[in-house]
Amino acid sequence: MLDEFMQGFASAREVNLLRIKEAKENGRKVVGIYCTYCPQELILAAGAIPVGLCGMSENPIAAAEETLPRNLCPLIKSSYGFAATDTCPFFHFSDLIVGETTCDGKKKMFEIMQDLKPVHVMQLPHLNNTEASFELWVEEVRCLKKRLEKELQVTISDQDIWRAVEVINQEKQAIKAMFDLNRADPPPLSGMEMLTAAWSRSFSSDKGELIDNLNGLVREVANQTNNRQVKAPRVLLTGCPVGLGTEKVIRLSEELGAYIVAMENCSGYKTLELQTATNGADPIVALAEKYMAIPCSCMSPNPYRLKLIDNMIDDFRVDAVIDLTWQACHTYNIEAFEVGKLVKSKGLPYLHLESDYSNSDLESLKVRIEAMLEMVEK
Amino acid sequence: MIVIGIDIGSVAAKGYIISSGNHHRAMIPTGWSPREAGQAIIDQLLEASGLERNQVEQIYVTGYGRVAFEHADKTVTEIKCHARGVAELYPEIRTIIDIGGQDSKVISTGEKGQVLDFAMNDKCAAGTGRFLQVMATALGLDVSELGDAEDPGQMQTISSMCTVFAESEIIGSLARGNPKGGIIAGLHQSVGKRVAAMARRMGIREQVAFTGGVAINPGVKRALEEEIGTRIIVPEACQYTGALGAALLAWETLRRDL
Ligand code: SF4
Ligand code: SF4
Repeated sequence: MLDEFMQGFASAREVNLLRIKEAKENGRKVVGIYCTYCPQELILAAGAIPVGLCGMSENPIAAAEETLPRNLCPLIKSSYGFAATDTCPFFHFSDLIVGETTCDGKKKMFEIMQDLKPVHVMQLPHLNNTEASFELWVEEVRCLKKRLEKELQVTISDQDIWRAVEVINQEKQAIKAMFDLNRADPPPLSGMEMLTAAWSRSFSSDKGELIDNLNGLVREVANQTNNRQVKAPRVLLTGCPVGLGTEKVIRLSEELGAYIVAMENCSGYKTLELQTATNGADPIVALAEKYMAIPCSCMSPNPYRLKLIDNMIDDFRVDAVIDLTWQACHTYNIEAFEVGKLVKSKGLPYLHLESDYSNSDLESLKVRIEAMLEMVEK
Repeated sequence: MIVIGIDIGSVAAKGYIISSGNHHRAMIPTGWSPREAGQAIIDQLLEASGLERNQVEQIYVTGYGRVAFEHADKTVTEIKCHARGVAELYPEIRTIIDIGGQDSKVISTGEKGQVLDFAMNDKCAAGTGRFLQVMATALGLDVSELGDAEDPGQMQTISSMCTVFAESEIIGSLARGNPKGGIIAGLHQSVGKRVAAMARRMGIREQVAFTGGVAINPGVKRALEEEIGTRIIVPEACQYTGALGAALLAWETLRRDL
């Protein structure tokens, strides 16, 4: 039964591709997004389908390097490469792309991407604790709403937004419930399973169905007896976004005998405790508040990420932490210093890995991961 | 009780056999087949100790070739093995710098030789034996000759960390008539700087040991001592600490199971 659920999540991409194609033919609009900062609620409220475009494949990187510098984060190169080679059907179907000025690499890449598709860039402030930065962000969320209305030729009412807020809040809760299953020891889900389920949400054309599937999975796990009885080191993964296609560190760690029990990445726990307040007067302000609180390393300072990791280490009873930085991602790479300090102060091994989407460093990654696991072996 | 520990590195394969109260060691070039090198090491160890294959109870294997060797009872990382091996020889060591053929690492160890933290060089060859080997060839020397040929008094600083650029840098330096001894001292300094930076980032606790094939080179030891500002101990069997650690870990597992 659990396998059936996993199958469903794993095939989400293909299934939804066909559905989105159909929906497009029936006149529905699609909006491509790259990052958790994009207020998906507005896209839903506009009656369009939000699809995650985060580049998680090595294939289009060579083509991207014809335009972009080589020593750039593989995520940016892959995202742009898919667009430039028109090999991502979701990009192809998108009527509008929404980007944010998170890191410098993305910010400047979006300028170039404008030549390929209409791209709306949200100017993200880099500090999230002042009045002025908050006002700027509220303005940016309003701008996105206007752009969506213009580009998709709709009007978005407050009512529409509140309804979408409800849906996304539920989706977050459902994903969080799934992740929280792994507080149990041994964890009922593998890291690869968590990733597959969480990742499927970026393509889902029907949020209701996704929420039902996630809730179904959680019930199913509660009913079955856990057959993963082997004692193994419990590892927390943090750092840059990881998706299906770039899961090599998760795969290697599990092959080497670890349980990846929790992920504090964008597709993981990073945003799951953030719910949009539903009791305010202005839904735009409520959205701005939630999104501004995301503990991404592009924020400076970024204390909430450390707090989140600290709590997760305790809640998931973690034995070691792996912090994965994609090559040339300065913000996560530098923040690794603080993360390392925190993890070590809790008496746990901390492994910082810098990698890209290629397989060229598998052996050297293996040695490091194995040595870290040997450190927690009793 | 008889156990064997083997360390199959990119350049050399090393082995230790321990039987009650007795031990022997052996080393051969790894060559193109880590598997055959591992087998050859076992044969040599058995011959040296006068023991039979079926008397050996456990074989632990470490090093980059460890996965290729199918007769292992267990594979262990170099990091854990070096820590264990060095702790046996020098219990007071808290930091191990190991420079091998294709990587360099710094290991922080606890009182019983347990690994507390470690750092390893990235994908690039700077700060490894491979770097020195390429440079020795460019200088028309064997890598084993570098240590005695250096002349720190005439130090010619090498500024490039990249193997390819450093190679053209020394060729240029030779062409300008700079003394070989000074260039070699510069190469040692370059390796020392790179590895010391990695060690400082992790935190250096005394005392410090230097192991691996490159530790035979007194020039690199000198450069490292200058860079990190403390005395460094090079174990007499500096190439064997990984194999020794593997053998000791095998020994301890057996004893625990008794
Ligand atoms: S890491 Fe930051 S910038 Fe990258 S996708 Fe996540 S929230 Fe966006
Ligand atoms: S991984 Fe880092 S560099 Fe790459 S897009 Fe995300 S924040 Fe930017």
